[in-house]
Amino acid sequence: MHISPEEIVETLLMITQQNLDIRTVTLGLSLDACADNDLDAMARKVRETVSRTAERLVPVCEAIESAYGIPIVNKRIAVTPIAQIAAACDAEDLTPLAVAPDEPARDVGVDFIGGFSALVHKGIGDGDRRLIASIPHALSTTERVCSSVNVASTRAGINMDAVLRMAEVIREAAAASADTDGFACGKLVVFCNMVEDNPFMAGAMHGAGEADAVVNVGISGPGVVRAVVSSLAEDTDLTAVAEAIKATAFKITRAGELIAQEAARRLGVSMGIVDLSLAPTPAEGDSVAEIIEAIGVKRCGGPGTTTALALLNDAVKKGGAMGTSSIGGLSGAFIPVSEDMGMVRAVQDGALTLEKLEAMTSVCSVGLDMIAVPGDTATETIAAIMSDACAIGMINNKTTATRLIPVPGKDVGDMVEYGGLFGSAPVMSVNGWAGTKLVRRGGRVPAPLGSLRN
Amino acid sequence: MHTPAILSVLGGDRVGIVAGISRVLADSNANIEDIRQTIIGGVFSMTMLVTVEEDSVPFEELQQRLNDIGQEIGVQVTLQREDVFRYMHRI
Repeated sequence: MHISPEEIVETLLMITQQNLDIRTVTLGLSLDACADNDLDAMARKVRETVSRTAERLVPVCEAIESAYGIPIVNKRIAVTPIAQIAAACDAEDLTPLAVAPDEPARDVGVDFIGGFSALVHKGIGDGDRRLIASIPHALSTTERVCSSVNVASTRAGINMDAVLRMAEVIREAAAASADTDGFACGKLVVFCNMVEDNPFMAGAMHGAGEADAVVNVGISGPGVVRAVVSSLAEDTDLTAVAEAIKATAFKITRAGELIAQEAARRLGVSMGIVDLSLAPTPAEGDSVAEIIEAIGVKRCGGPGTTTALALLNDAVKKGGAMGTSSIGGLSGAFIPVSEDMGMVRAVQDGALTLEKLEAMTSVCSVGLDMIAVPGDTATETIAAIMSDACAIGMINNKTTATRLIPVPGKDVGDMVEYGGLFGSAPVMSVNGWAGTKLVRRGGRVPAPLGSLRN
Repeated sequence: MHTPAILSVLGGDRVGIVAGISRVLADSNANIEDIRQTIIGGVFSMTMLVTVEEDSVPFEELQQRLNDIGQEIGVQVTLQREDVFRYMHRI
């Protein structure tokens, strides 16, 4: 037998006991052809295009799950940034373009639709302006649509007008979904250096440089990595820890690569990328915080956390790079708070703060993610938190993002339940000395010297 | 279409596990290429490399038949395409 029984058992244990799964198969879909100067006609075309695709996506993924015995947790669709096609019409409320893909997605079991998005890192076009204004209503009246807005980039700098506007939108979205503790904000992410092929939500969209349809896969596996690190002897040195993580990341990535190839073949579209991000879930043990603790930090957020996270993130990339030649998306460990039981525990223990999460952002992927803050947090404070995350991304030529939820009527220490993959979030304390005047100045933080690469 | 697959069986040891599984495979025209079996602490563990003749019995149909016999005997039977193991464990 080519494969040893031990290897078979190892794989089965990864799946049955360590939460190995493919987090998402995300079909990127161009809506360029749907642009129309009539909003209703455009919504109809969007619905038809998504409907046609969604119908096949779910059965194909289910057949693959069954054949390979690896669960595919989410089946998602990422579309062309809606602001791009919405520019063709002059309607102010673009909610119909969110409702249009939401209904067919629900009917056929597609979990999320990403792409109610705009890219405004250098300037806000009229379509962008209308889309951004429609976000609170669109997200609070749809179930599966996710929204993202790129407000900064290394090449353009930080568009502070857009940052401040998005802070207003976040507060409006929280108010519009007050009955669900501001859940609309859980479907809204603000980026610096957004990528065009990200399969993960809420930031997935189908970029302008992509083909009409493409399959992108997001792997998972914090539980598997944690199990491997926990099984090492106490005195294993850090080089050996990194080596063990690397070997595990290779295996996880290979599973992702295979599923991506197979999904693309069966759907008759090209394979895009495999995203190596370690994405935690609220399931016990499926936690990035617990990997950090298994490496040797008493509680995630304590001194040493950034070092452990840097080691983890780098080792995953090195192992993953051997596993696929199509690395893309965000490809860095995720550190969402609500979606990771270990992070929640760390916040409750007082070990993990917003400031430490910001530091952690500098060595991994999208940092200030799924963080509940008091409902009365000022718009300017939210803007300043986001601009700090953008500054890290801009200067370090990497993606950073924020997904903040100012929970209406809640204060520090309260718990908020979102359910499913979104988990539950402790409302976190926010530093009261915000750069209110800074964000109100508006304008653009100029692109850094590091952007001049040519 | 010949599809290589890995069949794994886990459960309490008892009479007739190998016979039951093998009969379903034979009836489905699936060939057993290799077989390993151990009992650790009373838990029966068997892995087989089989070739599924999908023209005779489609993969999903064979999975269903194996599930049924697994339930009948009281063991957990999993049939997965072989390439996932090759991908994950070989460079």
